[in-house]
Amino acid sequence: MIKLGEITKIFSKGTIDEKTAINCVTLHIRKGDFVTVIGSNGAGKTTALNLISGTCSADEGDIFIDGRKVTNLPEHKRAKFLGRIFQDPLMGTASSMSIEENLAIADLRGQRRGLGWGVKKARRKHYRDILKMLDLGLENRMKDVVSLLSGGQRQSLTLLMVTLSLPKLLLLDEHTAALDPKTAQRVMDLTEKIIRENSLTTVMVTHNMQQAIQYGNRMIMLHEGRVQFDIEGEEKKNLTVEDVVKRFGAELKDEALLVAS
Amino acid sequence: MFLSSFFRTIPISLEQGLAYGIVALGIVISFRILKFPDLTVDGSFPLGAAVVARLIMEGVPPIYGVILAIIFGFIAGCFTGLLNTKLKINSLLAGILMMTILYSVNLRIMGRSNIQLLTVNTLLTPLEALEVNRFIPIIAFFFVVTIGIKILTDMFLHTQLGFAMRATGDNEQMIRTLGANTDNMTVLGLGISNAFVALSGALVSQDQGFSDVGMGIGMIVAGLASIIIGEALFGTKTVQRMTLAAIVGSIIYKFIISLGLRLGLAPTDLKMATGVMVVLALGIPALKKEKEGKLHLRGV
Repeated sequence: MIKLGEITKIFSKGTIDEKTAINCVTLHIRKGDFVTVIGSNGAGKTTALNLISGTCSADEGDIFIDGRKVTNLPEHKRAKFLGRIFQDPLMGTASSMSIEENLAIADLRGQRRGLGWGVKKARRKHYRDILKMLDLGLENRMKDVVSLLSGGQRQSLTLLMVTLSLPKLLLLDEHTAALDPKTAQRVMDLTEKIIRENSLTTVMVTHNMQQAIQYGNRMIMLHEGRVQFDIEGEEKKNLTVEDVVKRFGAELKDEALLVAS
Repeated sequence: MFLSSFFRTIPISLEQGLAYGIVALGIVISFRILKFPDLTVDGSFPLGAAVVARLIMEGVPPIYGVILAIIFGFIAGCFTGLLNTKLKINSLLAGILMMTILYSVNLRIMGRSNIQLLTVNTLLTPLEALEVNRFIPIIAFFFVVTIGIKILTDMFLHTQLGFAMRATGDNEQMIRTLGANTDNMTVLGLGISNAFVALSGALVSQDQGFSDVGMGIGMIVAGLASIIIGEALFGTKTVQRMTLAAIVGSIIYKFIISLGLRLGLAPTDLKMATGVMVVLALGIPALKKEKEGKLHLRGV
């Protein structure tokens, strides 16, 4: 499904600030995998997602999606394979456009955009139906501009937008971290439901170890740009926060990670 | 005295306000939709005028001159977009560069610094020949053209492509992850914007009877003033309101200026007055410590 082959990313190469964010990582994500990724600050989690989505390009190595080499494909051309949600709820939606307009933009992910009407009547009903699923009353506010919504509402809308036309790979970049605990749980439950119902292949970066353990069938820990461990199946299921801390406490210098657990 | 000035100013402000309203519509696309501070306008306005004037002098039917002016304006805008997106030149500088380059281009096109069109047939000559008050057909003409462009703009901004363009100005990162090429959107948007501006230049030159290489100076500031005035009345809630605000704002702006001139404002101080007006409109929210200023722009 997704293959990273000996990927390396170095920032500020050749300067005094040189930093190897990703160091020769090889990773194979299978179809249907729900991978959670943890790691302390600077471990390379976000860089890994940026490399997959094409936001930044790798210095060495290749990336394959479904056997197709995408290493040199620009971000907007990889879009038809990928859906991505960022930590900042403001990043996933266009705030000056209405809810239905945002959904309509997302509806055409990776497709040619022409001079047809942006919001099609036939699709409007579908948008209303999926908005109902959120149970936030947004189905009655489809003409409201998104800037009127709260962070949690916007992130929920983003989730709908990203999964509207099912991506081959869903990238979640700490997408609940900026929300209050209750809203975060709500958004996470919804995320899990959508992933399960559509068997979406997912990579979820999180700072919250409990979350990383609870969700998904596979868990990867990055440390200083390398894969520290990669466990799945039964072993993952039986994992506890204590186990991880016991085994990798030395590397888990990031207090935020420990506190969050 | 004041009242008679007031009423006598109305027809001329309607005529000019509608004619320059097309510029304001162009600036809505660059500044408001794409959030791109495009200064090409000061060059693409006389570009439209230069193209149409030269072609009319060459004996080409005025309508072809207008069409070519639109195309030239489109190309000029695209160049600014390419300077910014492909060569990574700062958006303000890209516009200034293009505006400067266009100054020479306009002189080349006209072959001299101005061409008078009073004694030749223009697109407006048949209207002026009608046996009614000159203002009536001219205002009707500009009303139809400007409102027509407004409606086309509204429609375009509600198409799939228009959505992508609005999203490019609103949240570039997001629309890129949804697969739109934001560079192309910027180039296309600036092309359309400057096509409007050049069209306005082409029509205004025929209306006032001359084309001058300096007629674009301060055009961007005047356009911004119009938009700000209009938005104070109509807000920016929907695309339709934004475009309506640009046109009505342009008419009110021309009205204020004409009234000022009638009441003794020296024409030489006009651009300063306009500039101060924009400074106040942009500055007052900041002085009041409002969280958000009036203009959010990319690449500045």
